[in-house]
Amino acid sequence: MNWTSFDTWIVVVGALCAVACALPGCFLVLRKMSMMGDAISHAVLPGLAIAFLITGTRASVPMFFGAAIAGVLTALFTQWIARFGNVDRGAAMGIVFTTLFAVGLILIRQAADHVDLDPGCVLYGAIELTPLDTVGQTGIPRAALVNGGALLGNLLIILVLFKEFRLGAFDASLADTLGFSSQFLHYLLMTMVAMTTVAAFESVGSIIVIAMLIVPPATALLLTRKLPTMLLIASLTAVLSAILGHLGAIQIPRWFGMEATTTSGMIALAAGVLFTLAWLFSPSEGLVTKARRHRSEDLSLPESTA
Amino acid sequence: MSQMFKKLSPKGDAAGEDLSSHPQDVPLAIHDLTVAYHRKPVLWDVDLDIPEGKLVGIVGPNGAGKSTLIKACLDLIPRASGEIGVYGKPYKEQRHLVAYVPQRESVDWDFPVSALDVVAMGAYRRLGWFRRVTREEAKKAHDCLTQVGIGHLADRQISQLSGGQQQRVFLARALMQDAELYLMDEPFAAVDAATEEAIVSLLRSLSEQGKTCLVVHHDLATVTTYFDWLVLLNMRVVAAGPSETTFTRENLQKTYGGKLSLLEKAAEALRHTID
Repeated sequence: MNWTSFDTWIVVVGALCAVACALPGCFLVLRKMSMMGDAISHAVLPGLAIAFLITGTRASVPMFFGAAIAGVLTALFTQWIARFGNVDRGAAMGIVFTTLFAVGLILIRQAADHVDLDPGCVLYGAIELTPLDTVGQTGIPRAALVNGGALLGNLLIILVLFKEFRLGAFDASLADTLGFSSQFLHYLLMTMVAMTTVAAFESVGSIIVIAMLIVPPATALLLTRKLPTMLLIASLTAVLSAILGHLGAIQIPRWFGMEATTTSGMIALAAGVLFTLAWLFSPSEGLVTKARRHRSEDLSLPESTA
Repeated sequence: MSQMFKKLSPKGDAAGEDLSSHPQDVPLAIHDLTVAYHRKPVLWDVDLDIPEGKLVGIVGPNGAGKSTLIKACLDLIPRASGEIGVYGKPYKEQRHLVAYVPQRESVDWDFPVSALDVVAMGAYRRLGWFRRVTREEAKKAHDCLTQVGIGHLADRQISQLSGGQQQRVFLARALMQDAELYLMDEPFAAVDAATEEAIVSLLRSLSEQGKTCLVVHHDLATVTTYFDWLVLLNMRVVAAGPSETTFTRENLQKTYGGKLSLLEKAAEALRHTID
């Protein structure tokens, strides 16, 4: 294998992005709103398109705010439709994000067809090209800085508001009666997800974002019953997915005599594999572990009365 | 919407304009409360003054609006009309005086927190935003768990507790709040005998300290033993007052209507109390 500094940067960008997603993702999973990440990451598309139409550039700052606003609107519309339209939240989410995604596609096709704002690129990203776009003379890819910034922001917010986030996710009514607005906490989390999605967008595409918001936290939840440990394990799973994903993208197709495949897809796949391993072998929850324990109990001790 | 209900309100506007028509020192004054889900009223013109230091039971058939009453008092669901006063001031200014014990099923018990973590949440209001749980508060949380008899389970993840133990965690959390008024939604639902006993002795000790407890209850057989004041509810307040005078056959019949099996139970419960 021919590992270059290029490959190192690709893994670093992937890992930064993955951890940035996994942190707020833990709270999405715990709030049983996993699909909200999916919804927001699709629905930011019209935000990107409108920001582009207004400013006429692909500069990051307006794009960033356009998408963040669209992301928060997704959460808001979902809430409204669920409450006033008398539909369940999953359906409301489905309505909102497909509609916004469609609006985004139409806007891009109609008004921005001749420019380089490619829907395909938005979905799959181009993580392999990120090392080419460096900041000044530093040699650091811009994507590493952007995703690193998102990671730092999420980490700071979660560290500072850990107690409040946990309270809001565990018992929103209690949060309200104690004077911690559960609405505020909800929209803060949605904003974090939207911002993270946008940061990751250009460089790595939304496949990674959707996978990393959910899969590492779900994996961590199989391995621990402590929230701080869960955040840590989710982050480690995210980093591991990035490393294994890129290695797999270079190496696995070669075994079959093919060209390297897409790293984004492989990172998401690696996360899925790690989840499966945790599901099978988790010390407390794993299928295989449980079956084994069962068998050894049958052989040795009479079942203790729980 | 609130205007519509005002007009439809059977008592009209003559029933007292606002909270000022209620005594100022009561822990909880509910004035002309109406709550509707999808335009269908669930609570209709509830007007109550809950006396201080009493153990108050809320009794009524399923769908009578018992939980809704508690949630509306806590601003957790919107009111079509009505006002809530806590010790003479609006609830919003008095949050620190009120503790809430929600129904056990209202949260996910697989959530990755320990019993102690959950109890410590009762201190969050004192701590405010950003500040972490201090060592003293953690010790206090431990004491609250001990008070409900499960101090030794402090570090357990909450899914590893039995239903009764989970209920006690919720009670310990309410204790942690150092409130004056405790609103509890079915704390006795599906708990073991030991937990039931623990809850009763806890309620008594709260009442001895002059605290007021408003408890949604569904077991008519125990109602008069546990509570010294009752609210019989079925969308409206059918009757409210001291248990001895309120828990009558006539009032129960009005509350439970044609639900015969329940009436039978009530009759039996009455016989028990008379014996």
